[in-house]
Amino acid sequence: MDIATLAFSALYQFGDAFAFLVLSACGLAVIFGMMGVINLAHGEFIMCGAYVTAAAVHAGLPLPLGILAGTIVSALVGVLVELAVIRHLYDRPLDTIVATWGLSLIATQGTLIMVGSTMAGVGTPFGSFQVGDYSYSIYRIVLFCSALGVLAGLYALFNWTRFGVLARATIQVPHMAAALGVDTRLIYSLTFACGAGLAGLAGGLYAPTMTLVPTMGATFIMEAFVTVVIGGADVFLGTAPAGGVLAVVKSVMTSWQGQLFGQIGLLVAVIIVVRVLPKGISGFVLRERT
Amino acid sequence: MTKSVLRGLRAAALTGTLVFGSHQALAAENPIKLGVLEDQSGDFAAATIGKVHAIQLAADEINKSGGIMGRPLELVPYDTQSDNTRYQEFMRRVLQRDKVDVVFAGFSSASREAYRPIVDQFNGFAFYNNQYEGGVCDGHMIVTGAVPEQQFSTLIPYMMEKYGKNVYTLAADYNFGQISAEWVRKIVKENGGKMAGEEFIPLGVSQFSQSVQNIQKAKPDFVVTLLVGTAQASYYEQAASANVNLPMASSVNVGQGYEHKRFKPPSLKDMYVTTNYIEEIDSPKSKEFYAKFKAKFPSEPYVNQEAENSYLAVYLYKQMVERAKSTKREDIRKVIAMGDVCMDAPEGKVCIDPKSQHMSHTIYLAKVDANHAISFPKVWEDIKPYWLGDAGCDLTKKDPMAQYTPSNPPPKP
Repeated sequence: MDIATLAFSALYQFGDAFAFLVLSACGLAVIFGMMGVINLAHGEFIMCGAYVTAAAVHAGLPLPLGILAGTIVSALVGVLVELAVIRHLYDRPLDTIVATWGLSLIATQGTLIMVGSTMAGVGTPFGSFQVGDYSYSIYRIVLFCSALGVLAGLYALFNWTRFGVLARATIQVPHMAAALGVDTRLIYSLTFACGAGLAGLAGGLYAPTMTLVPTMGATFIMEAFVTVVIGGADVFLGTAPAGGVLAVVKSVMTSWQGQLFGQIGLLVAVIIVVRVLPKGISGFVLRERT
Repeated sequence: MTKSVLRGLRAAALTGTLVFGSHQALAAENPIKLGVLEDQSGDFAAATIGKVHAIQLAADEINKSGGIMGRPLELVPYDTQSDNTRYQEFMRRVLQRDKVDVVFAGFSSASREAYRPIVDQFNGFAFYNNQYEGGVCDGHMIVTGAVPEQQFSTLIPYMMEKYGKNVYTLAADYNFGQISAEWVRKIVKENGGKMAGEEFIPLGVSQFSQSVQNIQKAKPDFVVTLLVGTAQASYYEQAASANVNLPMASSVNVGQGYEHKRFKPPSLKDMYVTTNYIEEIDSPKSKEFYAKFKAKFPSEPYVNQEAENSYLAVYLYKQMVERAKSTKREDIRKVIAMGDVCMDAPEGKVCIDPKSQHMSHTIYLAKVDANHAISFPKVWEDIKPYWLGDAGCDLTKKDPMAQYTPSNPPPKP
């Protein structure tokens, strides 16, 4: 086996792990990292996106439109949840844990009762390609590119648009933003919807590759939280490097010793990063800058 | 903690009354109580809701035709939520508070080993209606599911003859997967093959890119997939999209989680499974059972092997109680010791082996084709659960209440 094959396979595995971490985490990076809402229902927003995507594809829509539908529906559900529950708990962060955990239980059990214990899959598009001895799924490359696209989009949204500036202002000093005429309630709603929509997007993108069951959100939640926790408060400067570091650790450990050690390595890396950089990677980067 | 327990109990009690309310009308004085601890939610629910329905179906049929010795059969169901601690809570509850005569409990081997000491402690009587890694030698338990000498001793030699002698095992990382993998290793070695590799996957893992690559690197002739739970079932889709294109052999897939119905073809192409029942089996008995099941539960997604195990277990229990004229475990075990507790089940004839209290089965080799249609290239009739008895477990003489494996056999007398 030559060096190029090995290098490509390492790169592919890194990209695969990176995409999973980043796509799982970016919705949570907005809701938890930025807004400070500890959203334990994050996995259920992902499940919602996946279910809507699959339902849309079964109804005859092409996959990209299905994913779009999943994203939009999750964002709308996000708006409803924000209005009904989260809005009242911004100054009670610990209570959001209980509230969102309750929501997640309701969503999981409600889906089980209404849709049934499983949903038929939609099949992974695009087929495979061969490099050296190994064949790879093309769709995993699409996922990696989507992760990069989402990160770039988030960076642009929060740094270059008026909404991004207002959102950051509202979350940093809400009363000052309100005094300057910003409708902070609306901004909170939209930001939460943005996070929920990103979760739905992750669900939609992974829907073709996974088992569709009411509990599927749980398989994303650990990766999502550890990425956001070590990433810190900044959506772009946190999630991107955190995803990169964890993906290297996870893919190297998994290829060396298997899935169990991949998970152990991931968690050990998280413990070390949190110990060394209590404010996360973005806290470290931003401090160095100023 | 206490609050969450109470909430769980209340929720389960509520769903219990809702789903099973129809039985209450029948309940006359002095019913025979059957505890049902199965996962109606959580990671395993897809494979196990059908078990609860099968038990309801059998109980309804029995109650319609006069009950057991004239006494109605009353179900006491709890949703164990795919959670081992729930099994322990509810097992204590059905044995101590509800005082059931018998309990039907458990899907995963982890849950069985979680509740089994409690059954032993309170001197209960439990049926485990699930295929598993084998080796439980416990007089308090009757196992109606298939075991490795029934599923692997048939499947692995067939696969090695057809595809080659290099075998790769991909198994769930808990007692079921580890012990089943040990069985595969043993049978592969006995048949002159070799293990190209093994990987154990923690429960709940859903991303398999690296495992797919490890398999391609090892170049096996076929892959034994012992993946459990809905998260791990994502492997097939991901392996197919990476074009692994290797035949697969399994004792758990299709027969439990009906992956061939859930995933888009051809992701399960060339999957071979040994199972004692699936709804595609084309015999009059099987058709009749399937029709009855669908008439009562029209929206049931699939009638799997555990549903059939659970259904026949109710009838076996009825037969044993009526022959013993008692619901006491010791009286029932005297009937089992006669060695002729048999019935014509939907799969074919089954009998309880007195030594191990496990069951003989008809084993069907199911093959999934590129369109996810099932064919049966081979059927083995009356395969006995011989290993425990041969290894030295004899429940008619001694009850060690232990689980044994090939590397940890019963102590020699």
